[in-house]
Amino acid sequence: MPALPVKTGGLGKTLRRDWFLYAILVPFVLWYILFAFKPMYGLQIAFKDYSVFQGIAGSPWAGFSHFETFLQSDYFLRVLKNTLLISLYSLLFAFPAPILLALLLNDVKNAMFKKMVQTITYLPHFISVVVVCGIVTNLLAPGNGIVNLLLEQLGFEKIYFLAVPEYFRTIFISMGIWQEMGFSAIIYIAALAGINTDLYEAAVVDGANKWKRMLNVTLPGILPTIMIMLILKIGSLLEVGYEAIILLYQPATYETADVINSYVYREGILNGRYDMATAVGLFNSVVGLLLIVISNRLSKKYTGNGLW
Amino acid sequence: MTESRGEKLFYRFNYVFLTLLMIIVLFPVLYVLSASFSSPDAVVSGRVILFPVEPTLDAYKAVFREPTIWLGYANTLFYTVAGTLVSMVLTICGAYSLSKRRLKGRKAINLMISFTLVFNAGIIPIYMNFRSLDLLDTRSAIIFGFAISTFNVIILRTFFQSVPEELEEAARIDGASEATILLQIMLPLSKAALATVTLFYAVGRWNGYFWAMVLLRSEDKVPLQVLLNRLVVQMKPSDSMMVTDSSYLIAETVIYATIVVAVLPMMLFYPFIQKYFVHGVMIGSIKG
Repeated sequence: MPALPVKTGGLGKTLRRDWFLYAILVPFVLWYILFAFKPMYGLQIAFKDYSVFQGIAGSPWAGFSHFETFLQSDYFLRVLKNTLLISLYSLLFAFPAPILLALLLNDVKNAMFKKMVQTITYLPHFISVVVVCGIVTNLLAPGNGIVNLLLEQLGFEKIYFLAVPEYFRTIFISMGIWQEMGFSAIIYIAALAGINTDLYEAAVVDGANKWKRMLNVTLPGILPTIMIMLILKIGSLLEVGYEAIILLYQPATYETADVINSYVYREGILNGRYDMATAVGLFNSVVGLLLIVISNRLSKKYTGNGLW
Repeated sequence: MTESRGEKLFYRFNYVFLTLLMIIVLFPVLYVLSASFSSPDAVVSGRVILFPVEPTLDAYKAVFREPTIWLGYANTLFYTVAGTLVSMVLTICGAYSLSKRRLKGRKAINLMISFTLVFNAGIIPIYMNFRSLDLLDTRSAIIFGFAISTFNVIILRTFFQSVPEELEEAARIDGASEATILLQIMLPLSKAALATVTLFYAVGRWNGYFWAMVLLRSEDKVPLQVLLNRLVVQMKPSDSMMVTDSSYLIAETVIYATIVVAVLPMMLFYPFIQKYFVHGVMIGSIKG
């Protein structure tokens, strides 16, 4: 390639100066092309009748027929409802939990005790999804799980918790709170530490009691952080942790447990209906993208900064 | 500052509540630990609640006799070490170049990697991509296919950007090559950030299961987490784990011992690495 007319730094000059940076950038960019963008080429089978023998490019086009089939099937309402309900419940219960924990920790004066609470509540974050689900499955086991053994000792009937649709969301969300409450509190603990102590002193001088200081100093101090986290949460409304769901659910609980991505996994990987499953996955990704764009707008409007 | 009666009551309630919370968080872990050291009889009859009853090591003997556990452990170790190494090399390459504001084309590449944060192809196209690359049931798929996390690239890029440019200029005037600047100036200066990102990758690799389950078919390649799914979640311990010389051993205590063996390394390490995670969360949150 001929060198471009040199202004402040033409392409030739840039390449000569920064060849090292470009050289190490090659494997990095190659990785993104190969493992992040090349799969996007395969998204076209959402609009095709895919056949293994004809391949991605050779399979005949099918228009929006897979989307129509999905939208008209009973599965559509079920997985959409379950996805949204699990998100909504976790917004209601799992989202405030770390805020509450951070507020309580902020009032602990004993530094050792505070450190101990933090270390212990971080613990579950480091345990893998498989082990967490394994613990839940075994503690709630119908025969010899500790929960049922205790229920029996107290004179109650044993319950096969994980086979009862009504219990699934409660179990799943409680598990999420147990695993992430401590770790998610980090960001709020930092925000609380950043509140100017002069404000508290001024409030005390003004005669504000503990509760008033909490309402007028503490909460406004961490409100921007809460808003940002809330907006991020809205952006990922469809991400409901399907990796844990497919470990915990069973046919008996599909009616409350099956979410969009667990359905994609079952239809695609287990049943081999690649085109249909890709269409459902694409639906999920597109709605997810829309939610992120909307939440970014909200973020810019209310907090002044966004993801881009 | 004098405290009113109500405030004193609040502080007392606060300590009680947080203590209860610690007990609730720890209980499942303690129960698993105690049950794994107890006799199957004691566990099944509900006599184990917080402490081991009729202590025995039988469950552990059964677990350690099981060759697939050792194999799974070895595989996980390999995926964690080799995978984290590949992840770090690629992430450093990208994050370092992209931290240079003078680099032409930087904006386009930043835009490209940011796009993957908000949109991904989804489970099936990713699976089919591995198939078309002929990487199904290969260790390479696990090691290379999931090497880069854009979030970690951003953390490291942010950190590299905060290193004063004068240091680099001074080294260049002294005749240092670009590679020397990266390896002998930037990396040593970034130890804390590198440790954070390395640990993010390593813990993710150690705990990862979904794609290993989907992509790996051969028994000799599966990591511990996939094995655990079978043994502990589906509760299908292999026959060899159930047969013992002395007495019958029921699945229960063996399952609990398997869980302990699987999480032990993480439980021993995490108190020492948690500060790097906190650090990572803080850098990550600044950049959104």
